[in-house]
Amino acid sequence: MKYTYYPGCSCEHSARMYDVSTRAVFEHLGAELIELDDWNCCGATAYMSVEELMSFCISARNLAMAEGLERDMVTPCSGCYVTLNKTHSYYNEYPELREKVDETLDAVGLKYNGTQSVRHALDPLVNDIGLEAIAEKVTRPLKGLKVAPYYGCQIVRPFTDLDDPDYPMMMDRLLETLGATVVAFEYKTKCCGGAQMGTNQDLALRLVRNILLCAQRAGADLICTTCPLCQMNLEAYQGTVNRRFKLDFNIPVVYFTQLTAVAMGLPEKVVMPEKHIVPFKDKLAAVAG
Amino acid sequence: MATVREIKLEQSMKLDFMDEVYALPGGDKVKDCIQCGTCSGSCPVADRMEHSPRQIFAMIRAGMREEVLSSNTVWICASCYTCPVRCPKEIKIADLFYSIKRIAIREGKAGKNKAAALSSSFARQVNKYGRNNEIRLLIDYFLRADFWGWIKQLPIGWKLLSKGRLPLLAKKIKGMRQVRTIIKKVHAMQNNGGPR
Repeated sequence: MKYTYYPGCSCEHSARMYDVSTRAVFEHLGAELIELDDWNCCGATAYMSVEELMSFCISARNLAMAEGLERDMVTPCSGCYVTLNKTHSYYNEYPELREKVDETLDAVGLKYNGTQSVRHALDPLVNDIGLEAIAEKVTRPLKGLKVAPYYGCQIVRPFTDLDDPDYPMMMDRLLETLGATVVAFEYKTKCCGGAQMGTNQDLALRLVRNILLCAQRAGADLICTTCPLCQMNLEAYQGTVNRRFKLDFNIPVVYFTQLTAVAMGLPEKVVMPEKHIVPFKDKLAAVAG
Repeated sequence: MATVREIKLEQSMKLDFMDEVYALPGGDKVKDCIQCGTCSGSCPVADRMEHSPRQIFAMIRAGMREEVLSSNTVWICASCYTCPVRCPKEIKIADLFYSIKRIAIREGKAGKNKAAALSSSFARQVNKYGRNNEIRLLIDYFLRADFWGWIKQLPIGWKLLSKGRLPLLAKKIKGMRQVRTIIKKVHAMQNNGGPR
């Protein structure tokens, strides 16, 4: 199995451990992630707020470059997932827009035919490689580890064919396969505030508090997520939440690929626990044997 | 706090804003809104909005251009996409909010809105480097929109930096010429002057 891999900007630095663990997990399972050469930023939700047509054209440069490679395109970032797929679906849905995007891409010698949709990394892991193949590679089951599966928004909305938009189960099943105990987590698709953490912190801190509170009450040892922005908000701002609301959260927030790597016995250098602000190594001590 | 609202008469309605919104990709769906309020009820941040999403659609159809463009509503939206998924009329609510944001920025109605400033800073990074560099993004944003705001973010910034999670250098992608040509081409198409 070969995929075109689009890491996205967060994976270069702030979510480095997500990128490294994703590549390692796919490789260990016999799937090849081939990075899209010279990809550019998808534009995220920010660019389309400023200039819509431009954001589509810039985003479509990636799709056009990937299309010729005739492989499924995979990104671990929920933001890239939703933005690239929006470009793809608007391109096909609105002919006037399509015309303008075509004309612009033509000016740089590119051509998009509207066939390259993008998949979130969780999707091929669970649906192509499959839970059975993953189970065979589990050497250190995450026994006794209670995990709150936090999907966030954009992996399930608005492109809902992947799983249920309110109560998805894909990651739950993966975590069970890894031997973890998945807690019932009502807030699994509630918004963390996204980019509002930078511009309207009061609002975002309240949303983050609610998610952390829900995980704590469910008895979770840690939160497992699928999105770099969710990870950042839930982990880096935990201290701020604690001060603001006089609480004492200390819940690690990790990526599903990191837990998969741990369970498959991959070396620590691909799990990169040292990148975390809320340490999670002690939570894994029980399963590390 | 009492809200005083002026009664709008049908004769005084300006139709051009409706037409402008209907012409957006997916904008004609606004005609189908049944004012059920599912969007507002599903929204995790509606209590911070000056007008709920449902109200915004009623206002668009009442031709209340100024009020819609200067409302904080679209800037409070966190893009969780709960509303379009639940809308019984399949209106792409969150995506239409992006279009309204864009009109507000273009016409200077976004004012000192921080979310608008961050979006503009983000776009500038992509235009310059082809990718988004968090440190440059924050410098650009704080310099333009929130001069002393960085002090509040310093503890978290330092934590991330010490964990090697913030980039110190910004690298340009090889295809910057393509990106610049795309920008030029789109501007020429829109015929609305230089980069914003």
